Amino acid sequence: MSTAELGFPAVPARGYPQAVKDRLDPDADAVIGRYPQAGSALLPLLHLVQAEEGYVSGDGIRYCAEKLGLSTAEVSGVATFYSMYKRREVGDYHVGVCTNTLCAVLGGDEIFAALKAYLGVGNDERTAVSPEGRSLTLEHIECNAACDFAPMMTVNWEFFDNMTPEKAKRLVDDLLAGRPVVASRGPAVCGFRETERILAGFEDRRTDAVRAGGSAGPESLAGLRIAKQRGDA
Amino acid sequence: MTLRLAPVLSRSWDDQDSYTLDGYRRHDGYTAVVKALTEMTQDEVIEEVKESGLRGRGGGGFPTGMKWKFIPQGDGKPHYFVVNADESEPGTCKDIPFLLANPHELIEGIVIGSYAIRANHAFVYVRGEVTHVVRRLLAAVREAYAAGYLGRDILGSGYDLELTVHVGAGAYICGEETALLDSLEGRRGQPRNRPPFPAVEGLYASPTVVNNVESVASVPSIIRNGKDWFRGFGTEKSAGFGFFSLSGHVVRPGQYEAGLGVTLRELLELAGGIRNGNRLKFWTPGGSSTPLFTEEHLDVPLDFENVAAAGSILGTRALQVFDETTCVVRAVLRWSEFYAHESCGKCTPCREGTYWLVQAYRRLESGQGSEAELEKLLDICDNINGRAFCALGDGATAPITSSIKYFREEYLDHLRHGGCPFDPARTTVWAPALTGAF
Repeated sequence: MSTAELGFPAVPARGYPQAVKDRLDPDADAVIGRYPQAGSALLPLLHLVQAEEGYVSGDGIRYCAEKLGLSTAEVSGVATFYSMYKRREVGDYHVGVCTNTLCAVLGGDEIFAALKAYLGVGNDERTAVSPEGRSLTLEHIECNAACDFAPMMTVNWEFFDNMTPEKAKRLVDDLLAGRPVVASRGPAVCGFRETERILAGFEDRRTDAVRAGGSAGPESLAGLRIAKQRGDA
Repeated sequence: MTLRLAPVLSRSWDDQDSYTLDGYRRHDGYTAVVKALTEMTQDEVIEEVKESGLRGRGGGGFPTGMKWKFIPQGDGKPHYFVVNADESEPGTCKDIPFLLANPHELIEGIVIGSYAIRANHAFVYVRGEVTHVVRRLLAAVREAYAAGYLGRDILGSGYDLELTVHVGAGAYICGEETALLDSLEGRRGQPRNRPPFPAVEGLYASPTVVNNVESVASVPSIIRNGKDWFRGFGTEKSAGFGFFSLSGHVVRPGQYEAGLGVTLRELLELAGGIRNGNRLKFWTPGGSSTPLFTEEHLDVPLDFENVAAAGSILGTRALQVFDETTCVVRAVLRWSEFYAHESCGKCTPCREGTYWLVQAYRRLESGQGSEAELEKLLDICDNINGRAFCALGDGATAPITSSIKYFREEYLDHLRHGGCPFDPARTTVWAPALTGAF
């Protein structure tokens, strides 16, 4: 148990070792260079340190603060406001189940309950490491703008459309067994940390990933297909 | 009259490469920006967009050209053009598939809009929970720079524009435009007092336009085809086309792009109706923050004026459809939990009110308490609505007050029954069809 959980203030973070800083600095400087004012770089920098450690640690907060000339309190205040920044290390995969009203009603509640029972974890909890060396963190998520594909799930924020409890169980089986898993609209999922680097604004190192998944899912094309059949287009 | 669909922004989505520069060019891509930058003055562009009648597609419905015109000129300050791609309103699912399929049309709109308001730096604030959309946006921006549509001296016009893709981190409130600006400045996403409005003091206290993805993406087609062409769609006061996103208990959910003013009855006809021949129970015209509609509203024209006259808001045209198997109390409780989770905490009515709404709702849903609980809900709503700092608080009350208005007896049934009288297993996609009377 950490001192924070006992109610004592945490010991100030020591900061990343110099070798880590040397490796992160070029990326961090590129992020800062995108903005007219450096402070704007804080959100992508927090994604970048989450790419380093799988969560936003005290060291990560200190790194962001030093890069931007902020206090660690200011950076903590921002990091704790946004739900994508995690305070505990996420597994190799972040698995989200939408339980906002529409997905919940269409089956998201059953899927989430089934996965909690199957994996033996609660919301925002991480599984044990599998024999193949993988773990995942399960979380119920809010509306993810794929309501026409409900019930929907995410793995490392890639779309998994039209899910069922059985498909969800197979999905987590594949993830924990280290088998390749391809998103419904997107490429094979990469690890959580690699994903966070993309969210820091760096292109996927797999240059073909952008092409995966086609232009649009079948539901996205529902109206266009009818319009073409009827000669409206 | 049978409904005519109007696939404009979605016209190329069935191509395999619609999201690439080449794919977009095959569909008149980047012809509008040439016209705007080489044949039109900035003020002519603003005037064309203003006279097209385009109104904000992110839910507010404010005239886009007016917003652009509010930007002070000759003030010596830098101007900024910011696209709100933080699509998170429950039920809303139009901008994300658009960005996946056609990010270049947004970029073309950004160049035209930024030129018009004399901005040299633009931003796309995209929500973080959509990795593949971020990939597509980053690749499209790289392609646009390489092709000379972004960067210095665009198309030899002397106009310069930088475009930054900024990825959010999971906060619904950042869809509120002033909270978005605070977030883009690297702070907690909390709304700002207005005035000053963003047009005067926005990003870095400089004049800023914040527009929704679909609004900006509609601009190239207006410049290409003219304001009169655009006004040929929709109604007089709600001009143009837009996405109608059907989700829920319909046979063919999906994106249906049509002129404003279509009805849910017409859309359902195309979408195959309610699943299993069930009855429609309630629906949202524009996301969870818009008061619920029922069967009696099937023929309300879905434009700004008619939806408002019928007691709701057009919002984002997120048509979430629920059939007779769904418990309205369960549905609204879940939305209430969402608003309590997403309330930013800045103002007391919303922070405290959304918390207490959930407590009262949970008691009601489990059949505890008395009819007085319903009055308490309405009283809390009354203390939030119009008193919160931003529209999140108002939105939280919309499904509650409207559902009590239309389904008061169903709430009371929970008290009589000592719990929810509905079977949640019957609402799922894989639930067997209803047999006999429900």
